[in-house]
Amino acid sequence: MMNKLIFGRYIPGDSLIHRLDPRVKLIASFYFIAIIFLANNWQSYLLAAVFTFCCILLSKIDFGFFARGVRPLLWLILFTVALQILFTTGGTVYWSWWIFNITEYGLQNGVFIFCRFVLIIFMSTLLTLTTQPLELSDAIEYILRPLKAVRFPVHEISLMLSIALRFVPTLMDETEKIMNAQRARGVDFGEGGLLQKMKAIVPLLIPLFVSSFNRAEDLATAMEARGYQGGEGRTKYRVLHWHQRDSLVVVVYACFTIALVFLRG
Amino acid sequence: MDIRFEQVGFTYQPHSPFEQRVLFDIDLAIKEGSYTALVGHTGSGKSTLLQHLNALLKPTSGRVTIGERVINPDTDNKNLKPLRKKVGIVFQFPESQLFEETVARDIAFGPKNFGVTEEAAQVLAKEYIQLVGLDESFLERSPFDLSGGQMRRVAIAGVLAMEPEVLVLDEPTAGLDPQGRKEMMEMFERLHNEKNMTIILVTHLMDDVANYADYVYVLEKGRIVKEGEPSSVFQDIRWLEAKQLGVPTATAFAERLQAKGVLFDRLPLTADALADVLVEMGGAADDE
Repeated sequence: MMNKLIFGRYIPGDSLIHRLDPRVKLIASFYFIAIIFLANNWQSYLLAAVFTFCCILLSKIDFGFFARGVRPLLWLILFTVALQILFTTGGTVYWSWWIFNITEYGLQNGVFIFCRFVLIIFMSTLLTLTTQPLELSDAIEYILRPLKAVRFPVHEISLMLSIALRFVPTLMDETEKIMNAQRARGVDFGEGGLLQKMKAIVPLLIPLFVSSFNRAEDLATAMEARGYQGGEGRTKYRVLHWHQRDSLVVVVYACFTIALVFLRG
Repeated sequence: MDIRFEQVGFTYQPHSPFEQRVLFDIDLAIKEGSYTALVGHTGSGKSTLLQHLNALLKPTSGRVTIGERVINPDTDNKNLKPLRKKVGIVFQFPESQLFEETVARDIAFGPKNFGVTEEAAQVLAKEYIQLVGLDESFLERSPFDLSGGQMRRVAIAGVLAMEPEVLVLDEPTAGLDPQGRKEMMEMFERLHNEKNMTIILVTHLMDDVANYADYVYVLEKGRIVKEGEPSSVFQDIRWLEAKQLGVPTATAFAERLQAKGVLFDRLPLTADALADVLVEMGGAADDE
């Protein structure tokens, strides 16, 4: 069930992309999402697509995983594309009925939006497939650091984030376990009407909450016993290092941006 | 009700990058009224195997026959409930499955799911709370106020109240104190003897296997590597030690006696059997 989700999972590897600094990867992914909006003709989209595929090739991860990452969102994408095609006006009109019409601009927009969606999903899948969750939370902590000036609790937020990330798989296992135990006691999950379905969730939800409370209490005790007193005066075990390859990413992205600006009509 | 596995294989998340094969061509037969033990290291596939016993998982190859029903890779997920009523599973740390406001309602939950009326379910709750060694005063308490050991008993009572024909136990005594462990194992033994319940025990405590089981399957990396009656499986101490599976305490001790020159026909499995053999030998020595 939840096992089918590819998006957001990490695949261990040792490619150039895997070894990049997570801060670079995180910022670059957001930056990519921002500048993809610069593209507005087929040359610029082609450039963006080539760029994305080069990144995927560099990660040495089977392209099938990326395609599968798009699949759950496919209907959403097609829906948006269909709206674009049917409601955009301008250029040669090919077909028209009532308020719907298919036009040259509409088709063009539809294709562009499709490309934009797919490329953004590919890039963010690339980020999660090649970066460990803990690396990501380190990167987020680093990036949020300036916010300390406005009394934003950066340490607490990043601690919560890394604990949450650490416990996602544990809680998934726990959910699966409790679900099986209740199925063995005759609960049918996902069967019957809406009310029945909701009722069936109670025997899953309550034990899950209770075990989360217990887990939180145990974890807090264990942390205190090991001398945790908050963020002040702590040193770091995992230190992020900036390498030449990370500078290279910045250069590549700068060139990519310039080319994109140059190509856009 | 007999359970039979024929060439059963199971793969988690097939056709995905996280594909993982855990069971390979498992053949096993569990006869009605038997007490079967399943031993093996952590990660040998024991827990996956036991979820096949009531069709929580379906084999990805081969087939499982549970009583009259045949479960193969194409079996529909519908109508499996009757099966689940017949095969009750007590999962590892079953206390995490409690959720109702009172112990009585939690024990009655299983039977009610299988169509038992409210009144009858309450009667069952009363009966089974005593069977697991708690008194009726517990029935109106919240399961979350109880100690870990008591919660375990309530959870087990909840499974027993479904009155299954086959009881599957996944390390039922893990994390219990020695007294609780003994009481629990003796209770299952009573159910086995008095109600002729078929019991499948997954464990890595070889003493429990030696004391209670009448047939053992040894699982390693998803394959059955040895099977037989405990008395024959445990004779091969070298093999067991090489696999780091452990040996019953009495058998290990007898082995050390044998190294000192005491000769056994067969290595005894339990302390009682060992004592009997030693007394007999002592008697024979006196006669000489």
